[in-house]
Amino acid sequence: MKIAIASGKGGTGKSTVAANLAWALARSRDVVLVDCDVEEPNLHLFFPGPAVDVPVTTPVPEIDPARCTFCGECGKFCRFGALAVLKDRVLVFPHLCHSCGGCVLVCPQGAVREVPRTVGRVACSRPLPRLTLISGVLNEGEVQAPAVIRAAKVLAEGHPLTLYDASPGIACPVIETLEGSDVCVLVTESTPFGLHDLRLAAEVAERVGIPAGVVINRSDGEDAATVAFCRERGLPILMTIPFSREIAAVQNRGGLISRDLPGWEEQFTDLFDEIVRNAGVRA
Amino acid sequence: MIVCITARAAGTDAPVEQRFGRAPYFVFVDTETEKSESVGNPLVDAAGGVGPRAVQALAEHGATILVTGQVGGNAARALEAGGIKAYAYRGSGSVADALAEYTAGTLQPIS
Repeated sequence: MKIAIASGKGGTGKSTVAANLAWALARSRDVVLVDCDVEEPNLHLFFPGPAVDVPVTTPVPEIDPARCTFCGECGKFCRFGALAVLKDRVLVFPHLCHSCGGCVLVCPQGAVREVPRTVGRVACSRPLPRLTLISGVLNEGEVQAPAVIRAAKVLAEGHPLTLYDASPGIACPVIETLEGSDVCVLVTESTPFGLHDLRLAAEVAERVGIPAGVVINRSDGEDAATVAFCRERGLPILMTIPFSREIAAVQNRGGLISRDLPGWEEQFTDLFDEIVRNAGVRA
Repeated sequence: MIVCITARAAGTDAPVEQRFGRAPYFVFVDTETEKSESVGNPLVDAAGGVGPRAVQALAEHGATILVTGQVGGNAARALEAGGIKAYAYRGSGSVADALAEYTAGTLQPIS
């Protein structure tokens, strides 16, 4: 079973939920936790330990100067500006390339071939006996987050229980994370911004075709608007985490409430039961 | 010699546009015949990578001089490779005004 944790709005507590859920589940079963927020991975802060790095490469064009006639077809085709065809040379801007392969197809001379280029890495570690952490890390200045997310997900394949921690927003990286997931947990907070972005994220999950449920984090007890939205959209509220100084203190020192505060391990195993029920599949 | 000036509209009376890759128009002026040609820039709303693609458009029109407000890093690399020299016009005048300043030699090169 693959569970994606997303939110729309940043800072609602995706990683908090993912890390605590992973810790609680890893007490009794094998869990793989995948950090798909490759532009700012942070789960390793909760689970420090030595990691093995696997580089992530994407194909980028290389021009054979012996064959190129500077006809300009590749430069016209590339909508990302990764190829500039000038009078006597072709400039390649690899960091602008989205690896679509179109330049290879349109070149009438067969002068374009693809060569691998490293855009990031996947760090694998085993911080607990039954927990594997796989963190995608996109190199600074790179644009191909989905390639790193894909690589991280591939390395997590073959395990019975996988948690994907998505990046904020609803753009390509989030869609890449959601694809192939069985169920989605949307973490929100009781603020107008939290609700606004929950609407967007719920729509994405619906379009990707994944059943979703909601966790309300930092609840001040005034969740009527969020509850009404969830009821209207048929989204079950799986868990509510209160706004509490005690929880914030654990979180701020890099701790886990499921481990460090009494009662929360059970709360997170209950959350898992709710997720499974919502997914309608056997875990 | 063909000079390209970035502009907000077509024609030499149009105001100069400070941005290069997202300039609405490129006005190409042949300094020998004094004829001008205005070309709409399809990259105005493009997502990214507009610099190198705009340089390609300049190269296709045979421009060897660019007069604009400023250029980004990718565009600068492509301009240099393409042998197109860029000059900064930071005023609020027209294409004709910028061309006059270029001809008078008062514009600073963009390095």
